[in-house]
Amino acid sequence: MRASHHSAFGVQVTSGSRVVNVGLVVTGTDFLLSMVESRWAARNGDARKMDLQLKARQELEKIEQQLSRLQAAPGQNDDLRTQIKQLNDRIDSLRIEVSANHDAWQRTELARHPQRPYALDYIERIFTDFSEIHGDRGFGDDPAIVTGMARFQGQEVMIIGHQKARDTKQKVYRNFGMPNPEGYRKALRVMKIAEKFRRPLFTFVDTPGAYPGLGAEERGQAEAIARNLREMARLQVPIITTITGEGGSGGALAIAIADRVLMMENSIYSVISPEGCASIMWRDATKKELAAQALHITAKDLSELGCVDSIVPEPEGGAHTDHAAAADLLAESLKTNLAQLLKMPVPDLVDARYNKFRKMAQFFRVEV
Amino acid sequence: MAWFKREAGELDTSGEKKVRTEGLWVKCEGCRQIIWKKDLEDNLQVCPKCNKHFRIDARTRLAQLLDDDQYDTFADNLSSTDPLQFSDLKSYSSRLETAQAETGLTDAVINARGKLNGQPVIVSSMEYAFIGGSMGAVVGEVITRAIEEAQKTRTPLIIVSASGGARMMEGVVSLMQLAKISAALARLDEARVPYISVLTDPTTGGVTASFAMLGDLNVAEPGALIGFAGPRVIEQTIRTKLPAGFQRSEFLLEHGMLDAVVSRKDLKSYIGRALEFMAA
Ligand SMILES: [Zn+2]
Repeated sequence: MRASHHSAFGVQVTSGSRVVNVGLVVTGTDFLLSMVESRWAARNGDARKMDLQLKARQELEKIEQQLSRLQAAPGQNDDLRTQIKQLNDRIDSLRIEVSANHDAWQRTELARHPQRPYALDYIERIFTDFSEIHGDRGFGDDPAIVTGMARFQGQEVMIIGHQKARDTKQKVYRNFGMPNPEGYRKALRVMKIAEKFRRPLFTFVDTPGAYPGLGAEERGQAEAIARNLREMARLQVPIITTITGEGGSGGALAIAIADRVLMMENSIYSVISPEGCASIMWRDATKKELAAQALHITAKDLSELGCVDSIVPEPEGGAHTDHAAAADLLAESLKTNLAQLLKMPVPDLVDARYNKFRKMAQFFRVEV
Repeated sequence: MAWFKREAGELDTSGEKKVRTEGLWVKCEGCRQIIWKKDLEDNLQVCPKCNKHFRIDARTRLAQLLDDDQYDTFADNLSSTDPLQFSDLKSYSSRLETAQAETGLTDAVINARGKLNGQPVIVSSMEYAFIGGSMGAVVGEVITRAIEEAQKTRTPLIIVSASGGARMMEGVVSLMQLAKISAALARLDEARVPYISVLTDPTTGGVTASFAMLGDLNVAEPGALIGFAGPRVIEQTIRTKLPAGFQRSEFLLEHGMLDAVVSRKDLKSYIGRALEFMAA
């Protein structure tokens, strides 16, 4: 099975600055890159679609400029108003055209949009009576992960979510949504509370990754993640995970072993960031669009690879345009999935969870 | 998290390779002394002068751990389908072909059934020379089958890690192997079958963040690089030089992250002793 490519990077690859490091192979690399790019474009066979999308974007910009001029003009008559309406209609249809063709890098930007709803934004709109639980009982409290009790449509539930922030001070406080080991240990602690009192668990994933810091290594970042993977696999309550923004590798997976893994339409889920992949594999961080495409990180990609269960639609333009509408769409999906899981006896549920991950991502052939 | 070090694959030759190819002697990176190759071999590829543990390949590891170098391999015929059709400056499929030709393996791990000090064991031995020992769908499946076989036959499991982590060229497919293996280890744990994790140089990224840290005992060879994030990534993040010895076995032991650091010559007897303790 192969994920289809729907990229527009064919229009972007020529723009980025060329190889910046690695004196040894610069000349050869330049040449190779151009070969790789043309091979990618040929493989994707989407050149025509890419052109259309580029044209749509350019036209959109032009019309928006015209429109703002018209709207600023004094003394509007009927004629002008008709023109403005026509332009508005055209803008809408172009927006749809552009949005339907969002490529992996555009999705990455949407997933990281500063106005994108974060865990607490969803919690306050989807749940009631949220009572936060702090601390790992061993080292400290990690604000990059929030956990707590809440009610979901009257039902008692436990919540775990990565938490990002918007202003500088808060961003630092939340460590940009990158947890330390104590964050994962706090998460495990509340999972066990949920299990003891038989309450379903909801997790919300939005992290660039587990924090790669000195203290994190000293305190066993790898051990904390590993333990969560093992314990979530056998936790005796229903678990629903939603990738709401960035699903950053092991730091995401550590709270994402679930009976249902949902991905928001414009979220991403990857083993490494596109920038990280680009600087390692292409030796050039500006190849991030190419890397994003190659890594297969969009909700559609993950769904086609069988690594997530379903995709949650977002309001037109993305979740950042309307937090309430995004929360409503997500709540609807959570409700449906929870109802299905609550019907299953717990041993069957845990078996089904095991079998899902056991059969997931089996891409190998048997040599004879 | 993900593996890939450019210098490991293309431009540099690993210390291991030098051992094999450079005539009768080798320069130790630990003490900079010239050592006779024969002395190194007689000493299990450990420098007799400074105790530096040279990297060894998966087969040499099996020979050192299993009685009389006798074992059967299983799940040894799986190879990657290149699920993302990944291509960067080089295609992943050509990297795979090269690695297969160089190692004689289909991917970066060997599963073996044999005996350790007379006790039946199952060993998964990772091969660092195969694309940095990175874990994609094949490594994930082969290790999972070792876990399942251990559970089914109630045979103690030993996994010897030597890996840079998840295999970037299989993207999220490689990430999901962490989930699969950890879930299988949960079942092995519930079945109360012993699992000893042996961490060797290097063990980083998604391998450390899954099975390598989930043993009933996690033991490491001296001086092995062990961590979640790579040292360069950490240096870039915190913008300072890392202290000497950071992320080495002894550092992890000091911080309570390992059960023991065991020299190669003592490894077999340490594991044998642990299995006696754990045997039903
Ligand atoms: Zn030496």
